[in-house]
Amino acid sequence: MRYAMAIDTKKCVGCSDCVVACQIENKVPTGYCRDWVTETVYGAYPQLELELRSERCNHCDNAPCVRCCPTGASYIAEGGVVLVEASKCIGCGACIESCPYDARYSHPDGYVDKCTFCIHRVREGLQPACVAVCPTKCMYFGDLDDPSSDISKLLKTRKYKVLAPEAGTKPQVYYLL
Amino acid sequence: MNEEIIISGRNIPHIDPHLNLWHWPIPVYLFLGGLAAGILFFASLYTILGKEKELPTAVKWSTFVAPFALVFGLFFLFIDLKHQWYFWRLYLTLRIESPMSWGAWVLMAITPLSFIWAAAYLRELIPSWDWKLGILNRFEQWVQGHRKLLAWMMILLSVVLGIYTGILLSAFNARPLWNTALLGPLFLVSGLSTGAATILWMSRHKEERKLFSRIDILLIAIELFFIVHLFMGFLAGPAVQLEAAELFLGGKFTLPFWGLVVFSGLALPAFLEWLELRGRKIPAAIPAILILIGGLAFRIIMVEAGEMTRYLY
Repeated sequence: MRYAMAIDTKKCVGCSDCVVACQIENKVPTGYCRDWVTETVYGAYPQLELELRSERCNHCDNAPCVRCCPTGASYIAEGGVVLVEASKCIGCGACIESCPYDARYSHPDGYVDKCTFCIHRVREGLQPACVAVCPTKCMYFGDLDDPSSDISKLLKTRKYKVLAPEAGTKPQVYYLL
Repeated sequence: MNEEIIISGRNIPHIDPHLNLWHWPIPVYLFLGGLAAGILFFASLYTILGKEKELPTAVKWSTFVAPFALVFGLFFLFIDLKHQWYFWRLYLTLRIESPMSWGAWVLMAITPLSFIWAAAYLRELIPSWDWKLGILNRFEQWVQGHRKLLAWMMILLSVVLGIYTGILLSAFNARPLWNTALLGPLFLVSGLSTGAATILWMSRHKEERKLFSRIDILLIAIELFFIVHLFMGFLAGPAVQLEAAELFLGGKFTLPFWGLVVFSGLALPAFLEWLELRGRKIPAAIPAILILIGGLAFRIIMVEAGEMTRYLY
């Protein structure tokens, strides 16, 4: 099982519903967020192209945060999902320093917090909150090891990219182009 | 040029607008760890070589600094933890891939060793000293009879500690400034140099000072060689490392780095030590203090600049 997410940059309108849904679902403290939306403008006027991306933890296959963690608080759960066990975390920040996506933060309570792919929802057969609320249905969550899943089919037929592949982390959030 | 911005509003403390999570305690801790590693390295080296009589400062007196440096260093490390009261979790596991994990274990081994090493020389410093407890007096005798064995342990641990202060940073490939294999050896040599400078400063013996001036000049030369290679590597490296190098080659860290670290922290003290070896009267404190300030500045700059280097946005 390899959980992953695909996000269609052609359908995303940058409404930030995914961000709000995550904050409510996961009770993210005010001023913090586990996902965010970026806007990239390519080209020079008048030949401009806009790309919107909903970004979060990439649940990397080669996760530097898990490697650097001195206590084992950061670990890989089922489907390759990267999680943090708060009661093992000493708040040293090694994982935050090691993440090329700046996807982790220090929770006001001290431990490190991040996107969980809403594993508590996924275990109940639901979609992650961000995927579930997306009004343009531009986000897909599923199992890459299952060739019949929507995400597997999309990645077979569409062009895609991942963020900072040169960092060597093998990220698992795919952006459809 | 592409313009990339976050439009959903993100201003997470210590993460935005750029990573700024590790504050002054971390570089101070790295400095104190390197200093202790340097002092303990020379103490063990010259014990193994049987030079206790010729080099009393290196083998005995300077080692009184090491336990304090380590304890204060650990204290600074502790105060920078955000989930402090779970720190004991470090000692329930050994994670071989995490430099911080084996660093924690090395500190756990070398700190008590440094206390024992210095404490067993206390009687030579204060002849009337008595441990009051029979078991402590017997332990002292055991330590005095097994100096060489302890020195072999300590030399190994001090090298690991010195390298670890650099590898702690170089293991983070997300920060292009740190992500170079040269950082471990560079921090080790810098730590040895601050240790040698401390011994030089404390020593009252002419021959010992001469030896440590020579050692220090050699270490500084190696350090300068590593720094040149560090930047050669960056300039021949990928875009993110080119950007990292630019912070030091015209960017905001140019003057602090080349002025405070390379000139007044390395080149100038090496020149002063060379003048002293040639017979000029220069108080040993001046090059020593310059080296110590340079070593601390080096770590503060490397930590702060490294956190600013990144892959995205």
